[in-house]
Amino acid sequence: MTTRGTGPAGTLEPPSPPPPGRGSKMLGGHAVLVSGVSTILFFAVIAAIVVLAPGSEVVAERFFNPFHLRQSFFGTESEPSVVGAFLLNVYIFVISEALILILALVIAVVRGIPGPVFFPFRMIAIAYTDLFRGIPLILVLYIIGFGVPGLGLAFFSYLSDVTYGIIALVLVYSAYVAEVYRAGIESVHESQNAAARSLGLSRWQSLRFVILPQAIRRVIPPLLNDFIGLQKDTALVSVLGSIEAARAAQIYGASQFNYASYVVAALLFVLITIPLARFTDRLIARDKRRHGAGAVA
Amino acid sequence: MNSGEASALFLEGVHKSFGENEVLKGIDLVVEPHEVVCLIGASGSGKSTLLKCVNLTEPVDSGRIVVEGEEITAEGVNVNRVRRKIGIVFQAFNLFPHMAVLQNITLAPHEVLKMDRKAAERRALELLERFGLLDKRDEYPDRLSGGQQQRVAIVRALAMRPSVMLLDEVTSALDPELVAEVLSVIRGLADEGMTMLIATHEMGFARDIASRVCFLEAGRILEQGPPERIFTSPENPRTRQFLQRIIAAGRL
Repeated sequence: MTTRGTGPAGTLEPPSPPPPGRGSKMLGGHAVLVSGVSTILFFAVIAAIVVLAPGSEVVAERFFNPFHLRQSFFGTESEPSVVGAFLLNVYIFVISEALILILALVIAVVRGIPGPVFFPFRMIAIAYTDLFRGIPLILVLYIIGFGVPGLGLAFFSYLSDVTYGIIALVLVYSAYVAEVYRAGIESVHESQNAAARSLGLSRWQSLRFVILPQAIRRVIPPLLNDFIGLQKDTALVSVLGSIEAARAAQIYGASQFNYASYVVAALLFVLITIPLARFTDRLIARDKRRHGAGAVA
Repeated sequence: MNSGEASALFLEGVHKSFGENEVLKGIDLVVEPHEVVCLIGASGSGKSTLLKCVNLTEPVDSGRIVVEGEEITAEGVNVNRVRRKIGIVFQAFNLFPHMAVLQNITLAPHEVLKMDRKAAERRALELLERFGLLDKRDEYPDRLSGGQQQRVAIVRALAMRPSVMLLDEVTSALDPELVAEVLSVIRGLADEGMTMLIATHEMGFARDIASRVCFLEAGRILEQGPPERIFTSPENPRTRQFLQRIIAAGRL
């Protein structure tokens, strides 16, 4: 888990091996030509298949009609704007992510506390991750979104659909992210803890100043991976009735008999994940620069 | 009998096992203030484990360890407070890779001794200057040579003003040409009167620096005495055998 994604994900190998005598990083003139031709051919074949497909005209009309793309983007009097609804996805995502980062860290740390006194806490942490990694998100959404209001509790049963959605996302994703954190914590060599403790730092100080900073740095790529998943899964909150981008697109499609709205929603989801991915790349690159490219003493 | 009140370090009947494997079989050792005691012996003789027990990294099974009159192996001792008095330097340096040199050094004084950041930095910079590392203050450990890293690790331990320093084969992970710079730092500490307990494979260094040398084998101190005697006329046949092997290997 921790090693995944640490490589420079953006550098694609050229389709043909570079000619001998050249560094693999630098593309010589010949290699550029070959990779260019191969790329053009590849996309030409894909384009030909799409364009020549028997239903291609219908699909173009249903999914890529410029008028419907624009209209679903902005919304009409009777149909919600997809981009407006997408703000709800962003809202759900931002709140959930912040809560997940905290809750998951607490779970991961609790799971690692040694000593018999903490046995019940460790058990709870393990049971939690087992449970919420095991249940499909959509079921957790139904159970929280319809079950908690049914309990008739004073405050907790009268929250908004969006809030129940956020709670469900936080519960499920925290279980995953806690495991990511835990892998990171375990990847920090025990000698680091020994060095910290030998200087008189307490167990907690060692965790806070020495172990966690290193652990979190190492798990940024897999964390990002989970958060891209989270961004997309915000669409599932619509099963509780909230009108977010995917639901707004569905409403538009159902009343206008045109699915351009789905394409708009899809593009919005892609657009928001790209800055996150680049940001993470930059964090990793900065870290590499600081520490010299993987130099080992 | 000496109960360790006046000694810097006092060990009595220290036993330690890892499962079935008894690594320390009753160690008695006294280190007086300003003494430099070198532990020699083959790998697996218990040198490192002994240092770990003194540092409370490993709990002892039985026996007593007293540091400056305080029994650190007693029930309910605050290990964090004990460790402040004992500096340890590891074979593998164990610097914190996510912190620059200066932060490596100031972390414990600031967080443990509660020194304010400015004062902790001032002390760190003094020490760095003394060991010729001032220009490395903002470097990250990965950018330093092994010798520089180990010197930073020594500075990091010294910044806590320990009363005893434990050195655990601090040159074993270094390239031969980097050993000298680290040894000269340790020699400097010895000249200043720092009390040290040193596990080492560098026999020439031990002969040079030690006020006393202890030969360990299979978890026992078989022989101890001033280096002139141990290295020239060892009494115990096992010590003799060990040193002959060392000489044969050209390490003395």
